[in-house]
Amino acid sequence: MPAAILRVLASPAARRVGRAAQLVMAVAFGAAAASQVELAVNGVFLGSILALGAIGITLIYGVLRFANIAQGDMMTFGAYLAFFLLVSVLPEQAGLGPFTFGFPLLVAIPISMAGVAALAVGMEILVFRRLRLRRANLVTIEIASLGLAIAVRGVVQMIWDTPVRYYPHEGREHISLPAGVSVAPNHLFVAGAALLLAIGLHLLLTRTKPGKAMRATSDNPDLARASGIDTDRVLLWTWAIGGLLAGAAGVLLVIFNATSQLKPTIGFQLLVPLFAAVIVGGIGNPYGAFLGAMLIGVSMEVSTAWALPTYKPAIAFLVMVLVLLFRPSGLLGARD
Amino acid sequence: MKALLEVAGLRAGYDDTEIVHGADLAVEAGEIVTIIGPNGSGKSTLMKALVGIVPATAGSIRFAGRRIDDLRPDLRIPLGICYVPQTDNVFPHLTVLENLEMGGYLRRDGTGERIAEMFDLFPDLAERRAVPAGSLSGGQRQMMAVARALMLEPRLLLLDEPSAGLSPRLAQTVFDTVAKINSAGVAILMIEHRTRQALAISHRGYVLAMGRVRMQAPGPQLADDEQVGLLYLGRA
Repeated sequence: MPAAILRVLASPAARRVGRAAQLVMAVAFGAAAASQVELAVNGVFLGSILALGAIGITLIYGVLRFANIAQGDMMTFGAYLAFFLLVSVLPEQAGLGPFTFGFPLLVAIPISMAGVAALAVGMEILVFRRLRLRRANLVTIEIASLGLAIAVRGVVQMIWDTPVRYYPHEGREHISLPAGVSVAPNHLFVAGAALLLAIGLHLLLTRTKPGKAMRATSDNPDLARASGIDTDRVLLWTWAIGGLLAGAAGVLLVIFNATSQLKPTIGFQLLVPLFAAVIVGGIGNPYGAFLGAMLIGVSMEVSTAWALPTYKPAIAFLVMVLVLLFRPSGLLGARD
Repeated sequence: MKALLEVAGLRAGYDDTEIVHGADLAVEAGEIVTIIGPNGSGKSTLMKALVGIVPATAGSIRFAGRRIDDLRPDLRIPLGICYVPQTDNVFPHLTVLENLEMGGYLRRDGTGERIAEMFDLFPDLAERRAVPAGSLSGGQRQMMAVARALMLEPRLLLLDEPSAGLSPRLAQTVFDTVAKINSAGVAILMIEHRTRQALAISHRGYVLAMGRVRMQAPGPQLADDEQVGLLYLGRA
């Protein structure tokens, strides 16, 4: 009986229905986005932050074949590192040009990125490498990653306490764009920074020897070793890059918010949309993660025209399920 | 005279399962040596133990007089042993050019010149240099795999069934290429199911069965040996 069902599903008629359904969904998505241009634009901004986190998850998955649940809390850690720098180390200054933040934030971002990269490399050396050497199974590794997520958040709460904190910020007017869209200048900064990082990563992966070695290791780890690539070192690079991206995403997430508010749960709360973005794009593919993040970001924001904002994570999940129904390995995933 | 590769009493396998039970074999510099034997006789495992992907549990492997059985794979390769697995022997999402760059990963003097040499040897690859290796045809993919392994100018090339899955005509092209590579001075140890074609170009052959070397003889002689065909290759 199941064979008969499969035959029906694989028939040309069923495929045509499937393609038509995909087209209808794409058109519905486009129409919804077009009817709410401002929300859609905001979705792209949210998507650019999601992209940084999602790319990190997908890169680590690519070489290690496990989904890093701690990615969200690594973002939180980055956000708090920047908070520490902004209030305790760097001169307090806000209102750089059209932005709510001051130039110290531009200094804080790279330092936070480096800090989270160090944390990620430490996690690999102290936890994940040891688990692999003991041939831990996937469930053990996933739970270890969840444990690290909780531990990182716990440390953040211990150091900075649980109440809401704020980056130094000043109020700023929105900017008017064509088509009656008004955007917060910070959002443009967020999108610009994210795009710059994504382009940088693309160049690293396609133009540099370590980047190509990362792709080779993700493609075929045994052959990478047989080519003399030190795959343990590639894993460290991958964690470091995942950490850099998470650190940037954490800080951008805070200034994405008009009041620059941060809480110990900001990263963890994003896990559902992050994983939805990774899976929608095709897990293991960084370009897919970028595309998936944009789709999820826009869907989440545009949905607020009709649904309560509290449903945003549910919308992310719904979009993921719909995409997977028709493309089981994601938008840019390998089909096999 | 010392052989380039000397394997003595090698035992190897996975976790609790020993697959190679004390194999002895040697490859002289400049030789083509073929290992034949029935399925499951431990040929691939033996080869993986030579590169270090599967651990050797007993016995010794010497390369150019030096013991290498306790070295990590990435430390054996620079000595001049390169390996082409039977399957999954290219980086499918990397372009042909990038595959070659990864093959030459350990080269300190850059890869450009050697890649040009590979493109001379495999003109088909030169035409498809910007294409992901995963979209090459079967024959091209096999050439890609061999070219990748040649990037480090190995002294010994290990080939695990280079003609697997190819048409008889393409298989012959592969064997011609192997002979050509050998004539440039590269010693070759290969595993083959197409025994007759492979042994025709081989200086010597070994028969491996049940994880042990059963026989060795000059290539053509082994190919014509009725006993071998009958006992180990299921040929009537």
